[in-house]
Amino acid sequence: MSDWRTRGKTSLSAAVLAAILALPILGFQLSETGTGLTVLARLHTVAWVFVAVGLGSFALTSARAIKWPSIALPAQTSDRLGWALAIFALALPFLPFADRSLIDKATLILIYVMLGWGLNVVVGWAGLLDLGYAGFYAIGAYSYALLAQAFDISFWLCLPLAGLFSALFGLALGFPVLRLRGDYLAIVTMGFGEIIRIVLLNWQSLTGGPNGISNIARPTLFGLTFTARALDGGKTFAEALGIPYSANQRIFFLYFLILALALLTNFLALRLRRLPLGRAWEALREDEIACRSLGINPTNIKLSAFAIGAMCAGFAGSFFATRQGFITPESFSFIESAVIVAIVVLGGMGSQVGIVFAAIILVGLPEWFRDLQNYRMLAFGLTLLVVMIFKPSGLVSRRSPTIVLKDPA
Amino acid sequence: MLSISGLHSGYGQIEALHGIDLKVPPGSIVTLIGANGAGKTTLLSTLCGHPRATDGQILFDGMDITHWPTHQIARAGLAHCPEGRRVFPRMTVLENLELGGTPLGAKANADDLEKILDRFPRLRERLTQRAGTLSGGEQQMLAIGRALMSRPRLLLLDEPSLGLAPLIVRQIFELIETINIQEKITIFLVEQNAYHGLKLAHHAHVLVQGRVTLSGSGAELLANPEIRAHYLEGGLTTQT
Repeated sequence: MSDWRTRGKTSLSAAVLAAILALPILGFQLSETGTGLTVLARLHTVAWVFVAVGLGSFALTSARAIKWPSIALPAQTSDRLGWALAIFALALPFLPFADRSLIDKATLILIYVMLGWGLNVVVGWAGLLDLGYAGFYAIGAYSYALLAQAFDISFWLCLPLAGLFSALFGLALGFPVLRLRGDYLAIVTMGFGEIIRIVLLNWQSLTGGPNGISNIARPTLFGLTFTARALDGGKTFAEALGIPYSANQRIFFLYFLILALALLTNFLALRLRRLPLGRAWEALREDEIACRSLGINPTNIKLSAFAIGAMCAGFAGSFFATRQGFITPESFSFIESAVIVAIVVLGGMGSQVGIVFAAIILVGLPEWFRDLQNYRMLAFGLTLLVVMIFKPSGLVSRRSPTIVLKDPA
Repeated sequence: MLSISGLHSGYGQIEALHGIDLKVPPGSIVTLIGANGAGKTTLLSTLCGHPRATDGQILFDGMDITHWPTHQIARAGLAHCPEGRRVFPRMTVLENLELGGTPLGAKANADDLEKILDRFPRLRERLTQRAGTLSGGEQQMLAIGRALMSRPRLLLLDEPSLGLAPLIVRQIFELIETINIQEKITIFLVEQNAYHGLKLAHHAHVLVQGRVTLSGSGAELLANPEIRAHYLEGGLTTQT
């Protein structure tokens, strides 16, 4: 079969190219010997690269040659899948195999699911590529931490305040970038995200700079704490229910808390999408000129998308702060923004269910493969590549209409 | 209804319109014909404030809308059906129509939609289809239907015949005429297809390099030998 031959040729040239590149990068090693440095040749590494790239390329081209059955989900299945996921998430802590580390990982994934859903409003629907989303996440986290420390107010009061604060910053970013689109917008938002991080890093007196803020107040449930012993007159959760204390209670509580926050975000986002506002977001993504001619004010629509997206990030940020109990500007670097954008794009730009799967793949898998250590980022990159090769428009690329006539005449 | 006086407009340093004076009386169809690059589209876009007029005045129903933001002009009852249709390709036909009702806000109701779907039965068949998958003629109908959703008093149509088959072009112009008669919507039409454009026009103007060079009734211009030579000869043979 000539087909095999062409694939073989492609793979061979890819392998040769990789080996040529690998030679100067991986082929030599400097090692210290007594008096100075010696250059060691590591040609076997280059050989490994040659073999790996050759086989990988052959496998990839072969896989692409096969006609895969299309797994486009019909509308109802996608909806049902969403419900099934939600029920599974609710039941997860009660399943026999759910231990502390699993719930911890699930909590982390849910943070990113929530961030993904928030950013989806901005990127997936309004079509405004925002590469500085971690900035709003940071603002949420720091406003919770600072408010809780300075005024000793509870998590539940801080949460809306942190959201509000982030939304205000969303508006502040929105104004200067109103006239920008596409690549230019991406660069400015990226800069904005970095500005926030660097301000947090350098405003020592307020934020503690690189030392961060520690001893952030833990959340309570109707005044019940999740510690072993209650502080000054309060009650712990375990005491109130008359059950023995266990550290798991806090982990599980945090899990349900982020699940509730994420589902709330999802509910709000889906509701907004069906309103004229949501339709205007999508119309703006499609064609701004046509929008204006239809009496849509692009300023308001863009700003609302930025503000609502930022608000979700603010909520997620305050949850992050209360979960970690300790935050530094390190946690909000550009890579965070990049991961969240990757989740939205991988999920299918606008699909809520797709974002859940993308978050599991991009955040969950690297957690499970922690043992691979240095190769984790390699696995991360490979996952991105594989998904984009086989599903170039994202995991769930079907767009569901925002409105249907109930009784088609 | 619409009265334009001494209008100048352009892009950056380049001026495309050098003082346009034009009136669109209520209830009429006014057609503007002109060659490529004469400034037809610029004139319609300037009426909507994009680009802004650099000089002159635009009165709509006695209101000076020259400096209004685009979306407010649309909300005042002036609908613009832009060149090249510009439907929202990834959204469904129904969503496109709903977006057309934006200027009405809470006043929008299902009757508008029903009325438009009765007028364009093809759109009713394709309500859940993505607008980008419609044929050119259907997209043009959608663009007009979308503009009508805002219950406009004045409809600006920018080359509705662009890129359509002759049979479809005839249908579209018949539609424009019925909309004018039945809905009492004033229409300002910009066309390269001079024959059809002039045939239904009550008043017509010829735009050459940013200036109105000739005005009259549609029939007058159709009979004008100069117009025939420049815009119709050759064109006429393919149209009949």
